[in-house]
Amino acid sequence: MRTHLLEYLEDTVRRVPEKIAYSNGQDDMTFAQVYRESRAIGSFLQARDLRCQPVVVFMNKHPRAITAFLGVLYAGAAYVPIDEEMPRIRIRLILDTLQPRALICDSQTARAVASLEYTGAVFGYEQICQTPETPAALAAIRDAHIDTDPAYVVFTSGATGVPKGVVACHRSVIDYIEAFSEVLRLDESTVFGMQVPLYFDACLKEVFPTLKFGATTYIIPRNLFMFPVKLVAFLNTHQVNTLCWVVSALTMISAFGTLDTVVPHTLRLIAFGSEVMPVKQLRSWRKALPDARFINLYGPTEATGMSCYFDVDRDFADDEPIPIGRPFRNTGILLLGPDNRLARPGETGEICIRGTALTMGYYKAFDKTAEVFVQNPLNDAYPELIYRTGDLARLNERGELVFVSRKDYQIKHMGHRIELGEIEAGANALEAVRMAGCIYDAEDGKIVLFYAGDLEPGALLAALRDRLPRYMLPNQVEPLDRLPLTSNAKIDRVTLKQMHEHKKKEKQHG
Amino acid sequence: MDELIGILEGLHPDVDFRQTAGLIDDGVLDSFDIISLVAEIDNIFDVQIPAAEIVPENFNSAQALQDLIERLSDD
Repeated sequence: MRTHLLEYLEDTVRRVPEKIAYSNGQDDMTFAQVYRESRAIGSFLQARDLRCQPVVVFMNKHPRAITAFLGVLYAGAAYVPIDEEMPRIRIRLILDTLQPRALICDSQTARAVASLEYTGAVFGYEQICQTPETPAALAAIRDAHIDTDPAYVVFTSGATGVPKGVVACHRSVIDYIEAFSEVLRLDESTVFGMQVPLYFDACLKEVFPTLKFGATTYIIPRNLFMFPVKLVAFLNTHQVNTLCWVVSALTMISAFGTLDTVVPHTLRLIAFGSEVMPVKQLRSWRKALPDARFINLYGPTEATGMSCYFDVDRDFADDEPIPIGRPFRNTGILLLGPDNRLARPGETGEICIRGTALTMGYYKAFDKTAEVFVQNPLNDAYPELIYRTGDLARLNERGELVFVSRKDYQIKHMGHRIELGEIEAGANALEAVRMAGCIYDAEDGKIVLFYAGDLEPGALLAALRDRLPRYMLPNQVEPLDRLPLTSNAKIDRVTLKQMHEHKKKEKQHG
Repeated sequence: MDELIGILEGLHPDVDFRQTAGLIDDGVLDSFDIISLVAEIDNIFDVQIPAAEIVPENFNSAQALQDLIERLSDD
């Protein structure tokens, strides 16, 4: 029985030690190197007794960052990925929540770490990866391990402006990786082209199947996502055959007509998710790669990774939604109506997830956890947790799950999950802003921020840049004398939306 | 050129685009910006930038981008 994620690495390194595990196109790391350096890091950290503690990994997107994650796991601790893309204020909020005793950086992030007012221990990857191995200590840690011990903490958007840390244990990740690999039919010949940042659970799709099968992952340099032809050239050079990307990264290629010029001809599997795939874009991908398999994925961070999949088996009309299909093996989905009864076929209900894939909940946020990890209302006989996603869906006439909308003010923008409240909180934190209200124009894919205050839109945007991640920055900023309020004095987003639509129409008619 | 500067300033109000070169090399623009730029240029100038022209050289300065727009509208 597998109880620890590193067993994947330990099996594979015996079989294919010299094969490339992770590469960014320039620097490669073989399984033997990953094994050696992660054990060295584990040996260094174990002396600090960090079992079940969060250890922050603040490194550039590079094979070494993944090795650092694994090193943290060798020490029996939970890794917490942080990235230079994150604004300083957000990183500080995360560190405030975690109070981590240890942080690993690399030579390029060391300066940024110094600017964080962080008082715990800081270790440089380049130094600690040379630590002589302490096999007895590592074995003792493994011996005491159980599969409900935490593996990582990743942070998602929180409506109050404070990001929430989702804690996942080994067991839920193993469950997810096994079910996911089976559906995607991954094996040793799999070559991933990794798009997602390392600070999301989304990277599990590449990181652990690579270890499980002895596959290879090419981490794609971030700036290639600006230049579609170069991006396709990268995929072709490294003979990438498997993509698990957010929709906006795939449409960046297809929307510019790139596929008419160059085709990533080695691809055989394209999985996408995190937002709705436009049918037109999917069609041009399928036309360019008629023999490839396309899979739509759906799942929240709180259920470890992806929970549902749909194997694209037919063509869709332009306005027809691509289903999210059915749950992975060993995952249960309940569609609950407002009265907590099961939605009937065709009726909309909230997607609720049950099973081993549920994460442990939010770090140091028991109340927030209890709001969404709740007793299954259909079970009055014994304790059974479900996770309430806040996503609404229905079953179509074929019995496939189809995503409908969100229950609240959470949105998906460029593949990222965002609480509009977090953007408002970011604006409201500025002294010159009296009040701010945010809406999402799903049609144009634009975040629109309305505010009342004593500063220019440009200055507001510049100030938000220090507080919010890039993908949360409003695409449009509108100053108002005062914001419309509802009868119970909340910001009236419905009116804001109407104002936005009205302005849009005026613009179109010149 | 003013119209183009207007689009660029909409993305980064804090940057003086008339004076700044190295928009790509120095990381001023990112992938979000490139996608918005291509869409806005299509909207406002009615110029569709083909994938083969979406390369760093064409986006590195406002002037380079202006040249690209002019070249494509001549075709």
